[in-house]
Amino acid sequence: MSVEQPSLPLNEVAPRADDRYRSDHLLLAEMIEAGSKVLDVGCGDGDLLQLLETRGIDGRGIELSREGVNRCVAKGLAVVQGDADTDLVNYPDDAFDYVILSQTLQATRQPKTVLENLLRIGRRAVVSFPNFGHWKMRVQLLIGGHMPRTDNLPATWYDTPNIHFCTIKDFVQLCDEINVKMERAVALNLYGRPLRFNAPWWFWNMFGEQGVFLLSRAEKIAKTPGRDE
Amino acid sequence: MVKVQSISGPAHAEHRAQEADHPTSQVATFDTDQPLPLDCGVDLAPFQIAYQTYGELNSAKSNAILICHALTGDQHVANPHPVTGKPGWWVTLVGPGKPLDTSRYFIICSNVIGGCMGSTGPASTNPTTGTVWGLDFPVITIPDMVRAQAMLIDRLGIDTLFSVVGGSMGGMQVLQWCVAYPKRVFSALPIACSTRHSAQNIAFHELGRQAVMADPDWREGRYVEQGTHPRRGLGVARMAAHITYLSDAALHRKFGRRMQDRELPTFSFDADFQVESYLRHQGSSFVERFDANSYLYLTRAMDYFDIAADHDGVLAAAFRGTRTRFCVVSFTSDWLFPTSESRATVHALNAGGARVSFAEIETDRGHDAFLLDVPEFFDIAHAFLESAGKTRGLADAGQ
Repeated sequence: MSVEQPSLPLNEVAPRADDRYRSDHLLLAEMIEAGSKVLDVGCGDGDLLQLLETRGIDGRGIELSREGVNRCVAKGLAVVQGDADTDLVNYPDDAFDYVILSQTLQATRQPKTVLENLLRIGRRAVVSFPNFGHWKMRVQLLIGGHMPRTDNLPATWYDTPNIHFCTIKDFVQLCDEINVKMERAVALNLYGRPLRFNAPWWFWNMFGEQGVFLLSRAEKIAKTPGRDE
Repeated sequence: MVKVQSISGPAHAEHRAQEADHPTSQVATFDTDQPLPLDCGVDLAPFQIAYQTYGELNSAKSNAILICHALTGDQHVANPHPVTGKPGWWVTLVGPGKPLDTSRYFIICSNVIGGCMGSTGPASTNPTTGTVWGLDFPVITIPDMVRAQAMLIDRLGIDTLFSVVGGSMGGMQVLQWCVAYPKRVFSALPIACSTRHSAQNIAFHELGRQAVMADPDWREGRYVEQGTHPRRGLGVARMAAHITYLSDAALHRKFGRRMQDRELPTFSFDADFQVESYLRHQGSSFVERFDANSYLYLTRAMDYFDIAADHDGVLAAAFRGTRTRFCVVSFTSDWLFPTSESRATVHALNAGGARVSFAEIETDRGHDAFLLDVPEFFDIAHAFLESAGKTRGLADAGQ
């Protein structure tokens, strides 16, 4: 592993006991400074945006599904119908303090381009994704001989929207490749709770059900070609 | 079911002519010391704006909503129409307990400049000649309409509008408000509209205008003095336009190939099909309430509309730094102002850093959906205004 494992001040990211919100959402929210301007890419029904708004954060969202968008707008959230693969290019540089991509990276057609766009639009990015290196995934493929399915990823291989699965190890390598700095990294267990923070990477890659990363630009990323203006 | 009607009959002509100068509405008059500067270079003075209001303006004057009407709409949003007696054109959305709640908001709607329901337009009397303006009326634009509305809002003593709301040509005015007076618009709800009129839409408008002008009763626009009205031309214009407001699916669902009051074809050019009968009715009822020249002027205003053109071709530049909260709405089956147009508006708003919501509503009812009972649209309009109202502190001020 070429990237040095970042230290993890767990107290800052540990989710509080709060039944109203998903524990991984609480953890994401803890990574974001109050009062900042945030874009949630793939915001679903807007649960995370609602949580952020309770913390004085100016939240905006993009969501692919029309039903999701309309439910968000009906909650009074500033959400637009759009596609992470095609619509992020329309946002100007440095438009947001943070751009969140929660459980969406694996469903994009161009994860690398999307990731680059996140850090062009936002000064920081928060990315969470299911870890395909989790031991249950490995067992299903190795012993069962079939594509893995879990409680959180119940779709079969032929109807899943998730077309670009990766492991925590893969993701860390991609960040390294496109010169992205990892400010924080957390692996969550099946219940959305953080794993012990001082574990080695292989441990996270084996036992983390999902990875959550706070990213920033190591240096200026070149502008995406083809953008308006 | 609609009965067969031919396009004729001067039932409401006199009443309509009367509304042009002496409307059944409140009227704000602007004398020669307050001219309306038009984009064509003419200063229009004197002129008047006819308007309706609903609800009460609060003491902070923070609960005013301006509704901008569409091409053939008028200020009679939520009261019976003075010429036709029909209910207001947006009673689905405007009223006590409705999304545009008249018990919470002070709602204003004015007839556009160039219209024929009491705001100065080609059907009004030209003070210098004492006869109707006709084609002597200067060509007006969407920005001219909005400039006139801003003068009315000034007259009403309102600084910032809580919201500006409208569909189709009304949506164009909403967007123009946000570009021309960004600090005076707290929130904006542009529905089924665009920042520019497409080539296809200009083409349909040209078809309508040519139909009017080809009618011998048009008399080069001087039909009022000569005691005629280009009913057939305006009726055909309306029939063609009405098709663009619907959708294939909606027409099929409503009429299919069903016959009108008969079992078999008549082997003639009567309205055998229900859809023909329906269109004829749309044409004939429209000419009773609308002035043909006004139709020419208002369609022209829409054709000229292009916000980006006024900003060196960069649409996002028009909205840069705006603090207005936007909710853009489109309808899946609207092929006159398709979702792609709304999406382009949203992209520009995002690029300008605006706070914007954008919802596409699934319906087969075409462009007209914004005027109809579409609960999902109402929920969104309601939630958007609720959320904006909280930020504006309206919960207390409005009561």
